[in-house]
Amino acid sequence: MNTQIKILKSANYIKLLQKLFDHKKNIYGPVRQGKRIGYQKINSANELATDFIIPDMSAKSFVFPCIEKLFSFTKDKENVEIQNLNLDNIPEKIIVGIRPCDALGMKSLKAIFGRDPADSIFQTRLERTTFIGYACNQADDYCFCTSINGGPGNTEGSDILLTKTDSGDYIAEIITPKGESIVASAPELFEDGSGLDKQKYLADVPKRFDDSNLENKMKAAFDTNVFDEYAIRCIGCAACAYVCPTCACFDIQDRTKGSKGERIRTWDSCGLKLFTLHTSGHNPRETQGVRWRQRLMHKFSYMPERLEVRGCVGCGRCSRRCPVDMNIAESINIITDENII
Amino acid sequence: MEQNIYLPYRMKIVKITEEAPFVRTFRLEFINPEEGEKFTFKTGQFAEYSVFGEGESTFCIASPHTRKGYVECTFRQAGRVTTALSNLEEGDLIGFRGPYGNIFPIDQWKDKNLVFIAGGIALPPMRSVIWSCLDNRGNYKEITVFYGAKTANDLVYKHELKEWEERPDIKLYTTVDPGGETPDWKGEVGFVPAIVDKFAPTAENTIAIVCGPPVMIKNTFPVLKKLGFADENIYTTLENRMKCGFGKCGRCNVGKTYVCKDGPVFTAAQLAELPNEY
Repeated sequence: MNTQIKILKSANYIKLLQKLFDHKKNIYGPVRQGKRIGYQKINSANELATDFIIPDMSAKSFVFPCIEKLFSFTKDKENVEIQNLNLDNIPEKIIVGIRPCDALGMKSLKAIFGRDPADSIFQTRLERTTFIGYACNQADDYCFCTSINGGPGNTEGSDILLTKTDSGDYIAEIITPKGESIVASAPELFEDGSGLDKQKYLADVPKRFDDSNLENKMKAAFDTNVFDEYAIRCIGCAACAYVCPTCACFDIQDRTKGSKGERIRTWDSCGLKLFTLHTSGHNPRETQGVRWRQRLMHKFSYMPERLEVRGCVGCGRCSRRCPVDMNIAESINIITDENII
Repeated sequence: MEQNIYLPYRMKIVKITEEAPFVRTFRLEFINPEEGEKFTFKTGQFAEYSVFGEGESTFCIASPHTRKGYVECTFRQAGRVTTALSNLEEGDLIGFRGPYGNIFPIDQWKDKNLVFIAGGIALPPMRSVIWSCLDNRGNYKEITVFYGAKTANDLVYKHELKEWEERPDIKLYTTVDPGGETPDWKGEVGFVPAIVDKFAPTAENTIAIVCGPPVMIKNTFPVLKKLGFADENIYTTLENRMKCGFGKCGRCNVGKTYVCKDGPVFTAAQLAELPNEY
């Protein structure tokens, strides 16, 4: 559908949320939690954080929870009964305040989970989630969305994108049918905004590296020592993967209580040694440097080649969170520096 | 709603065979006969086997696709899941998810000689292919099997080896590592690559299928090359760690190649294109 541009006055945004609460909608949004900004369920617009760069964790867990049941079972000496998931029980959710980078991350997740065979659990969660994004008025030194074809006002993945203007009112872009149905719940709150330009309200996010031909530059660097050199300080904690909006690697485990149990999938990471360790003791990705290479190659070479989408949206969380100050944009800069390869 | 791709079939262990120390074969039948009737696989594919409450483990399907109504797997007790599997008895239930991965293209091998070269616990994936070919014996010319293990006791499928030894339409060479022989051992003594070199199977109109520990594969390829085998005519199967089996969990890839989706069966020519990450 064609994006429609409307004006949503700041007082009307609060009324809109109130209307959605009245309709018993499950609404989640960024809330100040001490020093952190975290998504949580809200019951009033007052709870929403204002004036923040980006939530500490991405919105990934709404569609790909860090621990997720795949099915349950009951077990006794003689028999095992499997109880399949009832996907009808997955609730509809509205996420407000998702940043354009995180919304764009849904495209990468969709490519991984949608690939044959399609993951119906993920797909149902995504179908039942509506994203009301906030364009970015401010950025920090870690943000690099503009280096990978994203941007502070990018609409991809959002159903509605709100850009705050100087007056505090919003330019509302209605991007998808899901976005339209939000408007339809309170059309009187939206005014026509055709012709308005959000550009001047957006953060200035400078380019941190040149992404032209990045896929081939990554391939060319594969056998060089740039990954080993950069990852020499990596402690292999995998924090980068957990905060990443596109990292989708997982483990499958069972957990039980008495005769009942469930098979679950849990977030995992290529940065961890155990990830690829064979029972024999052989490990195809033995060193941290090789594991860092896998992380970058997967995001910037294998995914574009196989799934036609990059596995990075430039949110910068991995670098913000890294306990040893590794910086993905810096590492790519070294790789793409022609003098090195 | 589409099906839950993580849901396993429930299978009953109808027969357990002790193959070697810590190595067992399970014959599995579908609890639900309708599922069993719909189920098909091709030789070379693998599956996820699970003990409910302990987790899943990845092995090949060790039985041939020519035998319907059951599947077999052979595994060595090593980690949490394989230990739990080892503690099970005939009649117990396990989970089975699959089949996954590509296949050995045995239909393209018609009217060719086949040379199978296996080491240790790597005979199971090859046993599926060998029986699939033996069950359509007329399709192939000479079939030769080289199989080695550390000791005579470590050889798996001992009575099938005996059967192959007695059959006139298959040639079997067994070998054990030096020191691994028993007093009554009648086979060869020496590492697999050396035994292949010694008996020098012809490369003419021949497909070689090699499966074993990395060091055996690494040392067997040069022997085959010396004998004149082209990389396109040498097949192997890779066994990287896997969880999902269908290209999502992210751990089995070698470069951009996913062992679970693009493999596990590769030719030596395809392997040569992969980075050394397996």
